[in-house]
Order: sequence, then C-alpha cells, then structure tokens
Amino acid sequence: MATKLVVDCSTGVTTEVELTDEELAQREVDAQAWAEQQAEREAQEAAKAEAKASAEAKLEALGLTADEISALLS
Amino acid sequence: MANTYTLIQSVTVGSGGAASIEFGSIPQTYTDLVLVGSLRSTSTSSNTGEYDAFGYRFNSSTSGYTTRNLQGNGSVASSSTQTTMTASVGGTYGRISNAGINNSLSGTSIFTSINLYIPNYVGSINKSWSLEYVEEGNATTRYSEIIAGLWSNTTAISSIAFALVTGNFAQYSSASLYGIKNS
Repeated sequence: MATKLVVDCSTGVTTEVELTDEELAQREVDAQAWAEQQAEREAQEAAKAEAKASAEAKLEALGLTADEISALLS
Repeated sequence: MANTYTLIQSVTVGSGGAASIEFGSIPQTYTDLVLVGSLRSTSTSSNTGEYDAFGYRFNSSTSGYTTRNLQGNGSVASSSTQTTMTASVGGTYGRISNAGINNSLSGTSIFTSINLYIPNYVGSINKSWSLEYVEEGNATTRYSEIIAGLWSNTTAISSIAFALVTGNFAQYSSASLYGIKNS
C-alpha cells in the first residue's frame, strides 16, 4: 500500500499516511492522462530532432562546412 | 552571505514507496531554505519515457505556481514554462520539471539529484526559488534542467510537499531540508 510521508519539523516525527480508496482510484485516471500527454510531447521532440538532422544534411550537401552549419543552427 | 547550514529534518523512503513527501511545521527562524534530494520513481510506464515529472506545493496551496525551465537532453536544448500538474496523489501541484526524475525504466538503482533553494521564505513577498536537477544514467538521452520558479503568494512558507505525476517515490529516495541564517 502506497503511503504519504509527512515529516513534522517541529517534533522530528515522520508519519506514513495510507492513501484512501478515492486517492488510489484517482491516481489511476491521472496516470493514464499523463502517459498520453508525455507520448505527445516526446513525439514533438523527436520530430524537432529529425528536422534538425535533415536541415544539417541538406546544408552539408550544399557545400557548407560543419563549422558553418553549426554557426547557422546555433 | 549565508554562513550556516542547519539540518532541519531528513527523510528516507521505506520499502513500500511514498506517493508524496511533505515537510510540515517548518521553523520560521531561518533566512533561506535548501532542500537536497535523491529521488527515483517506481513508475514502469513506457509511455512516460525513463523519467516522471515532479511537482511541489507550499502550504498545501494549489495555485500561484509558475516556472521558467532551461532543459537539455544530450541532443536538444529547449526552454519551457510550467504551471501546475495533476500529481499521482492529492490533485494539483505546482509543476517543477518539464522532463523529470529517473523511473524504473532508467536502470537499476539510479536516482535523480535535485537541489532547491528558497530565499526569504518567511518574508511578506511572493516566493521565488531556484532548482537544478540531473536525471542520471548512461543512456544517450538524459535530462537536466535549471529552473526559476515563483509562487505568487506572500504567506510565509511553513510546509513543502513533493509528488510525482505518476508512480511513487522509490525506496531509498531521500530528502533533507536545511535552514540557512545570514547571521
């Protein structure tokens, strides 16, 4: 059973509080929503990296040096 | 210039994991607060990558949180603005990270290092803070971020809580809260 850790700084006592059934049910729903959101974000990052690599390849084909490409893309 | 660090409290997560970690009844006698953490998530969802976003609350508040994040992952540098997230327990937290801390897909026993600095936490001003973290590991893609945060609330900070967007803090995750005095 997952718990919440609560540290009382005035006493130094740490208490483990068990999650309620409602909290457990809600976290399942939230986890799925997060997974979907994260997959979308990672796809966007991958597309950005792919576009950058494609641009570098095209610039190289035009005869630019690696330093010149780096200067353009930085 | 700060000249003293005093450990207020430290906590280590036990074998059952912890959905959230909260420091309450924080003494109001210091100038600044520092929280040092070594954190890992139990999440195994491949859809989230090898990390999970994490969030925070001051005084159990669910509003007033914004951050500006600078992030690198080994190939792409980017920036973002974060506000809130729905944590795996407890509802709305201020979102700290764009990426996040190591989870169970990122290798055995690998923890993320975080360092949070909160100056003037008892002042009657909005609370600014900074945090840096490194998602550890030897893989090609690993995230690090430096973050400037703001809690738009003038109340003195008396509690700090952390939670993940999914999963629990894994066993052996730890957090230590320090107070700093300027005299």
